[in-house]
Amino acid sequence: MIRERRPLLSRVADSVYWMARYIERAENVARFIGVNLHLQLDLPLAPAHQWQPLIDTAGDTEIFKERYGEASEENVIRFLAFDDENPNSIFSCLRYARENARSVRETISSEMWEQINSIYLQIQLQRASAQDDSLPEVLRSIRLSCHMFQGITEATMRHDEAWHFLRLGRMMERADKTSRILDVKYFILLPSPVNVGTPYDDLHWAAVLKSVSGFETYRKQRGRISPRQIVEFLVTDREFPRAIRHCVDMAGESLSVITGSAAHELKYPSERLMSVLRAELGEIQVETVVRSGLHEYLDGLQTKMNAIGDSLKQDFFALRHEERTVNRSSQSQWQKSESAPA
Amino acid sequence: MLFDSYQTQGFHDEMFDATGNPRPEARLLLETIQSLDEGQLLRSQRAAERLLLQMGITFNVYGDSAGTERIFPFDLIPRIVRADEWEWIDRGLKQRIHALNEFINDIYHGQKILKDKIIPEEIIRSATFYRPQCAGINPPLGVWCHITGTDLVRHGDGQIYVLEDNLRVPSGVSYVLENRDLMKRTFPSVFEGLRVRPVAEYPDKLLETLEAIAPAGCAGTPTVVLLTPGIYNSAYFEHSYLARQMGIQLVEGRDLTVEDKVVFMQTTRGLRRVDVIYRRIDDDFMDPEAFRADSLLGVPGLLEAYRAGNVALANAPGNGVADDKVVYAYVPEIIRYYLREDPILQNVPTFLCWKDTDRKHVLENLDKLVVKAANEAGGYGMLVGPHSTAQQREQFAQKIEANPRNYIAQPTLALSTVPTLIEDHMEGRHVDLRPYILYGKDIHVMAGGLTRVALRKGSLVVNSSQGGGSKDTWVLSPPREGVAS
Repeated sequence: MIRERRPLLSRVADSVYWMARYIERAENVARFIGVNLHLQLDLPLAPAHQWQPLIDTAGDTEIFKERYGEASEENVIRFLAFDDENPNSIFSCLRYARENARSVRETISSEMWEQINSIYLQIQLQRASAQDDSLPEVLRSIRLSCHMFQGITEATMRHDEAWHFLRLGRMMERADKTSRILDVKYFILLPSPVNVGTPYDDLHWAAVLKSVSGFETYRKQRGRISPRQIVEFLVTDREFPRAIRHCVDMAGESLSVITGSAAHELKYPSERLMSVLRAELGEIQVETVVRSGLHEYLDGLQTKMNAIGDSLKQDFFALRHEERTVNRSSQSQWQKSESAPA
Repeated sequence: MLFDSYQTQGFHDEMFDATGNPRPEARLLLETIQSLDEGQLLRSQRAAERLLLQMGITFNVYGDSAGTERIFPFDLIPRIVRADEWEWIDRGLKQRIHALNEFINDIYHGQKILKDKIIPEEIIRSATFYRPQCAGINPPLGVWCHITGTDLVRHGDGQIYVLEDNLRVPSGVSYVLENRDLMKRTFPSVFEGLRVRPVAEYPDKLLETLEAIAPAGCAGTPTVVLLTPGIYNSAYFEHSYLARQMGIQLVEGRDLTVEDKVVFMQTTRGLRRVDVIYRRIDDDFMDPEAFRADSLLGVPGLLEAYRAGNVALANAPGNGVADDKVVYAYVPEIIRYYLREDPILQNVPTFLCWKDTDRKHVLENLDKLVVKAANEAGGYGMLVGPHSTAQQREQFAQKIEANPRNYIAQPTLALSTVPTLIEDHMEGRHVDLRPYILYGKDIHVMAGGLTRVALRKGSLVVNSSQGGGSKDTWVLSPPREGVAS
């Protein structure tokens, strides 16, 4: 356990955790859109066909349908990147990240705050002026700005309890996003056996890897494109920064530093759940998972990660007078919705 | 170039005298500015504005669409205050705060000043910020006003007057500190040769003040926190800034809980005791059990914990009784009554509308006077007679007749001006000055303060909510002994 001169407020831990999740979420959405823009140039199918899965990946199928109806390139991008009524759009995520950062400015470093603030000012401008042909560049700069935030965090913030909550948030979000990308692509590809093994199928799988910045690493590690190999790589690799197992391991490590529990006596429900999940990921047989249904497996994984999230809330973030805060949630607590299951 | 067309227009200008010659204390600054390359000042001004936005030094505008943040406009040309004049202001402020503190303490204890008929009892009973709940409370060290931001103005006669005392929850000091920082970052050359007194020690002094008032039973270093209403408050930037500068925890009401009259904050490892709260929440919203029951920002039971002596609050609740603009009119009497001294700083002559003769005069001269509600701040509830329409005057006349106790009037002051960069040249704009005074073990006056400037041409309203900006304030050091100045 870290002994702090100054204890960490529950509210501050909560905000730091969500700040990290929102930055990670924004970066992921920027990457999906960018990869898809690139991918569709190579595909003969009607473009709209390629855009609906992005909505499903983000877990916002319902709200999209309500607001836009049929998916097209234009409206999907608007919805995912700039729509302030979509709580998971890049713009909303960056706004929430900034609001959370603002409320903990005395906990994070000034450099971190200035970076989040500048990302937000940047997207505000881009939102007003973005043209279609500049979009890839806009998305790239958002991604880079988010990476820069991670770098600034590493370089300027003491690795104290708040930092561990930050990393916990980032890793939980990343694991969730990787599982969703995998889930949606797999779901879409399998029902059309016609294309399996064709160049289009390979292009799709390559796009999955690119969506998690994993294409080159996968090539070096595993060589040829093979769905089973890709699943194994993205779920079980211990060293790849966006593989689910790696993310859960990192999250677990931070959680143990926060709790200070010995391995044989875990004090908090959240760390017990985390420990079970880590063990499961260590023993997973990909052959079996693929045979018995990857979608069901990933669905189960997301449910477990959500349970850990709920448990973290109970263990560390909840305030005694939570009932008092309910009424003012709209005023001062940025709603921290988990993405709805896809 | 920049100053070619500069006119003082009959106002007292802080940089130029009535004949248009630079004042001695401003000469060096002027020479430096004039030696700059063409356009450099303008570039520095733009750079400063960009920095403010990047650093997120913004305030929230109430009544604007949700989440609207603006930078508090900053002008690079500082206001200069001579060493000897500052020495006099410093003494005057200390005297005034000392007397006001005695007054507040008396109001919540024996009320001698009312019994001696110096101030009518009715004025206190009807003061909006008088808090009967605070009667009998003995704050640590007997101090009620730990942090004050007195507004000073200079009139056309060259004289400095106290306009308002701002005892409750004064804000703006973060801009003083950031402005100085910004000046050094964007405009370092101008500091050379001018011996400007530093302001950077303010957070240290503030922390010292807050630690000094820790409850008697508190062992070791007291746990001091800053209580903010949250990120949507207009002064949130300042709350967060001061907490960072002092290295103390910034808390919201929901982070605190009171058990057995002891205040705790809720951490990831359970409850931690809190000893001193620098609260930036108004009395009304501080504790729904003691004050407004509908407040969601406050901490139930806080006042009881305070009354029991288990936690110290700065500023002390109830001190706003002396912020009432009717009470303000009595401050010279208050100084004479408690200290047996003549006031060093002058009050602006004030007409009290509850007095029949004063009210008659006010109603007959609405077009010449400034009328203020007794308990408003931020430039709200105010009529500037010479700039008003007949309809506005009619409205105020009705308000005054309906509730004379709540209105005062003062002559329209010809606030002094300071050259201000407007587009590509200098124009005079009206300013005031808010120094910050700390009162713990003793009284400390910051060397400088917030110079607010009314950026609209001809405007006398300097409030940030009404188109005001700010300037750095340079208090010069006294000449070194044995060195010719």
